[in-house]
Amino acid sequence: MTLTLALVQILNGLQFGLILFLIAAGLTLVFGVMDFINLAHGVQYMVGAYLVAAFTAMTGSFVAGLALALPAALIFGLLLEVLIFRHLYDRDHLDQVLATFGVIIFLNQAVKYIWGAAPLNVAIPDALSGAVEITDGMLYPVWRLVIIAVGLAVGLALYLVVNKTKLGMLVRAGASNAAMVSALGVNIRLLFTIVFGVGAMLAGFAGAMVAPILSVEPGMGDNVLILAFVVIVIGGIGSIRGAFIAALLIGLVDTLGRFFAPTLLKLLLDPSAASQTGRAIAPMLIYILMAAVLFFRPSGLFPSKQ
Amino acid sequence: MNNLVDLDTPASPALATPLRTSRAYVLPLIVFAIFALVPLSVLWGSQSFILALVTRIMILALAAMSLDLLIGYGAMISFGHAAYVGLGAYSVAILSSHGITDGFIQLAVALGVSLIFALFTGAISLRTKGVYFIMITLAFGQMLFFLGTSLAAYGGDDGLTLASRSMFFASNFLKNDVAMYYVAFGVLLGAYLLLRAIVASRFGRVLRGIRENPVRMEAIGFAPYRYQLTAYVIAGMIAGVSGFLLANQTEFVSPAYTAWQRSGDLIFVLVLGGLGSLHGAIIGAAVFSLLADILSHYTENWALIFGPILILVVLYARGGITGLFGSKS
Repeated sequence: MTLTLALVQILNGLQFGLILFLIAAGLTLVFGVMDFINLAHGVQYMVGAYLVAAFTAMTGSFVAGLALALPAALIFGLLLEVLIFRHLYDRDHLDQVLATFGVIIFLNQAVKYIWGAAPLNVAIPDALSGAVEITDGMLYPVWRLVIIAVGLAVGLALYLVVNKTKLGMLVRAGASNAAMVSALGVNIRLLFTIVFGVGAMLAGFAGAMVAPILSVEPGMGDNVLILAFVVIVIGGIGSIRGAFIAALLIGLVDTLGRFFAPTLLKLLLDPSAASQTGRAIAPMLIYILMAAVLFFRPSGLFPSKQ
Repeated sequence: MNNLVDLDTPASPALATPLRTSRAYVLPLIVFAIFALVPLSVLWGSQSFILALVTRIMILALAAMSLDLLIGYGAMISFGHAAYVGLGAYSVAILSSHGITDGFIQLAVALGVSLIFALFTGAISLRTKGVYFIMITLAFGQMLFFLGTSLAAYGGDDGLTLASRSMFFASNFLKNDVAMYYVAFGVLLGAYLLLRAIVASRFGRVLRGIRENPVRMEAIGFAPYRYQLTAYVIAGMIAGVSGFLLANQTEFVSPAYTAWQRSGDLIFVLVLGGLGSLHGAIIGAAVFSLLADILSHYTENWALIFGPILILVVLYARGGITGLFGSKS
């Protein structure tokens, strides 16, 4: 019984980790190529979820909603880039942090103004709304498996693009030394706009995918943003591979930690104290993990800069 | 961007040196004189909420001013400074819920806990640089936030209401809002003078030297790490005191005090007022709070105005409000 429960938790952790990866992938590239710290990346995730909710309600179909939401998220991201972020690339990190923080404040309030403070619900497409039996008697929702499959597929596609194409080569070169790439005649601004747009769309995509299983509400991007930063810092800024590994690590540690910490502590403490300390420690685990990683490797696991 | 670029970046003109001219004393003097006189306005019939509002401004200013030591003078962009406000506030609330209402004990615990947390997290964080430092301080702040939300015995998510304000010399004079006001005022003034002295001291000069060029400072025989860690601990402890005051003023604590958005607010306050001047933090806190207060009277969607203001300040008002009084040569 515990073994099946553990399996379910591992699947949940994987699913959570892959969602984090979708968000962190764009963030780490934007960070790596332009040295631009974008706190507003989390609202992109929120906007994706809201867009899919709105378009699904409009068209009556999640698939059509998603098909409309993705380009809309892309356009929205590019709009932010042109209007605000473009003016911040030459500024120091402090200015970037603050201005993008202002974008968060504004957009969180804007979605509350447009769609109301109450959470929205999005229905899972009928064909994928069931559950499958993964071991005897243990049901697991199909939609979560879909998220895992899609996350892995996007991860693979990104890996291929970044490692096997010319565009990917430029992105990697940009992450390692942007000034040199620019000096060699590559239009680094255009390259960056492409990276930014794709990153924004992936974050929006992540929001759209979780919209049916989480409540869509203002501020939903804020905590995810912090987790995405933890992921890219552990993985090493600018590294897709690092983001992938760190995202899965964070997803699994967080999910399994919440599940097992109280249980493991019962071996040491009496049950009520164990469950209380377990619940207190579990959410801190990933931050402790991050601190530990940075203590031994101050530039993350796979630093892309030399 | 490689390190060489950072090293040769000239300091922003807004990052001021200690006050030298007598003219430079005028602004802080005016600020403190206004604060000293605000309670009198209550005598002339202004409403008592003004008193509470200005007390909150001074508490916010205290936290932002301590952050100025890090960001303005030490170039250490901490994105987790609200954690110390939370530590100070929870020290009061938790002790008070166990019947320990003596203010000196609570204050000592607030200072002690802040010191330990700053020493421990600072020692780790300062091994990293730039963006990694921002992120790791953010992570430590979040760690405390989640610790706060899971403290079921002390209110968890919902927070905890204080039974009473702190007692000093077995007297509960802090219950009086005017007394509370002047305690906050006294602490702010004390912290200002202390930080001013620190900034002007040899220690402060070394800190500013490290801000400008850590490699050069190391080459002439200073270990940046120790100076930065000391500044980090001092700033954390002062922010802890602001948490002590905040808990007393609102008679309530909650994990929301340590949320990363509050750390963002502190940086906003600081940049709004002007980095590296200390009194800039006070002016920034006043403008920030008054703006939020006034806007929220007109519309519940005040954040729709607040966010763009923040963006515009960053893009166009370099040097903040104190930068407008430009007597910098």
